[in-house]
Amino acid sequence: MDTVFGFVGKDFALVATDCGVAYSIMRFSDTEDKIMAVDDNKLFAMGGEIGDRLNFGEYIQKNIHLYTFRTGIKLNVREAANYTRSELAYAIRNGPYQVNLLIGGFDEEGPSLYWLDYLGTLQKLTRGAHGYGAYFVSGLLDNWFKPDLTLDEGIELVKKCINEVQTRFLMSQKNFVVKIVTKDGIRVI
Amino acid sequence: MSYDKAITVFSPNGQLLQVEYAMEAVNKGYCCVAVRGKDCIALGIEKATVSKLQDSRTLQKVLLIDENTCIAFAGLNADARILANMARVEAQSYRLSYEDAPTVDYIARYISSCQQKFTQKGGARPFGLSNFICGFDQLSRPRLFQTEPSGFCTEWKANAIGRNSKQVREFLEKNFAPDLNREDTLRLVTRALLESVEANTKNVDIAIISTEDRRVQFLGESDLQKAIDYVISLKK
Repeated sequence: MDTVFGFVGKDFALVATDCGVAYSIMRFSDTEDKIMAVDDNKLFAMGGEIGDRLNFGEYIQKNIHLYTFRTGIKLNVREAANYTRSELAYAIRNGPYQVNLLIGGFDEEGPSLYWLDYLGTLQKLTRGAHGYGAYFVSGLLDNWFKPDLTLDEGIELVKKCINEVQTRFLMSQKNFVVKIVTKDGIRVI
Repeated sequence: MSYDKAITVFSPNGQLLQVEYAMEAVNKGYCCVAVRGKDCIALGIEKATVSKLQDSRTLQKVLLIDENTCIAFAGLNADARILANMARVEAQSYRLSYEDAPTVDYIARYISSCQQKFTQKGGARPFGLSNFICGFDQLSRPRLFQTEPSGFCTEWKANAIGRNSKQVREFLEKNFAPDLNREDTLRLVTRALLESVEANTKNVDIAIISTEDRRVQFLGESDLQKAIDYVISLKK
């Protein structure tokens, strides 16, 4: 089960996922990047069924690009999140995508984080997590989060969360990918 | 249903009259010139006269299809929006399937095949426009394609469509040189366009797409005036 978590800082949005790909009793890979840059200021951190994750992510990415070419306007994070939710909500009754995601982005409204799940739920949050890892990480996020986190404080928090999951979660999650979005774009930590 | 009444049928002497009439619509449209340089493509566009109350920014004659491709057209403005939209959807669909940008000639052939479909469709008329499809291929070479209402797609080094295009094309044939640099390409386009259009910054728009900066750049007011003045000085 994929661990996805993220939070919002003073001038950045941060998302992190584990890198493991599991199949039945085997681990296929531990270098999988589950965070997709949908636009130059939006990150989709996705967890769930592998095929659905890739398919859905690319589908949303191309549709958002199409919107940009058609209208000449870039979607902001709120609009992109709502669009993604509408696709998930349609799909749940018509052939569900088993994808849970966190959308982290930075636009005129500042940094933001949206929590979406495969049923078509959408919630704007300051901190959130998906997967089994969420049970471990939610408490840490609640405890150590404060408004206007600096990047260094944010990275400390991420390290705490990763440490906890690696220590206490049943499945071995060796590697994590952490990405942030700031007003200058996307960066890998 | 009107689908059994095909509008585009052959005439006794083997012509598709609707397609020919569509070409007439194109030849009444505002002039558009394109020249392929060594590492850039320059477009010269005759601007429609904008009434005082109109917002001139909404009149777009160069439409971006994908990151490395754009189209300029002559003919029916409204048809262009539809065709550009089809091309944009196709470009993203190609990217979704192949995780790579479609080449300029792929898009050109797609647009021309769209135009061709409507010459064989019941109850519909052909698109009344000719397009210039400009962009860069994988080796970053500039490519210029032209499509017509018939669905014919060809690659060009330089061409003109719309009003007085024949005149402008003859000028280009006499004055074209391959592998021009950015400055010379801009000059050639301005000279060619001003063969057909009155020399006035209000009537003319020059745009350039170069290898370094893949975006379509329109010449600003002062650069435009300089280009026009240069052409006028040549004529004296």
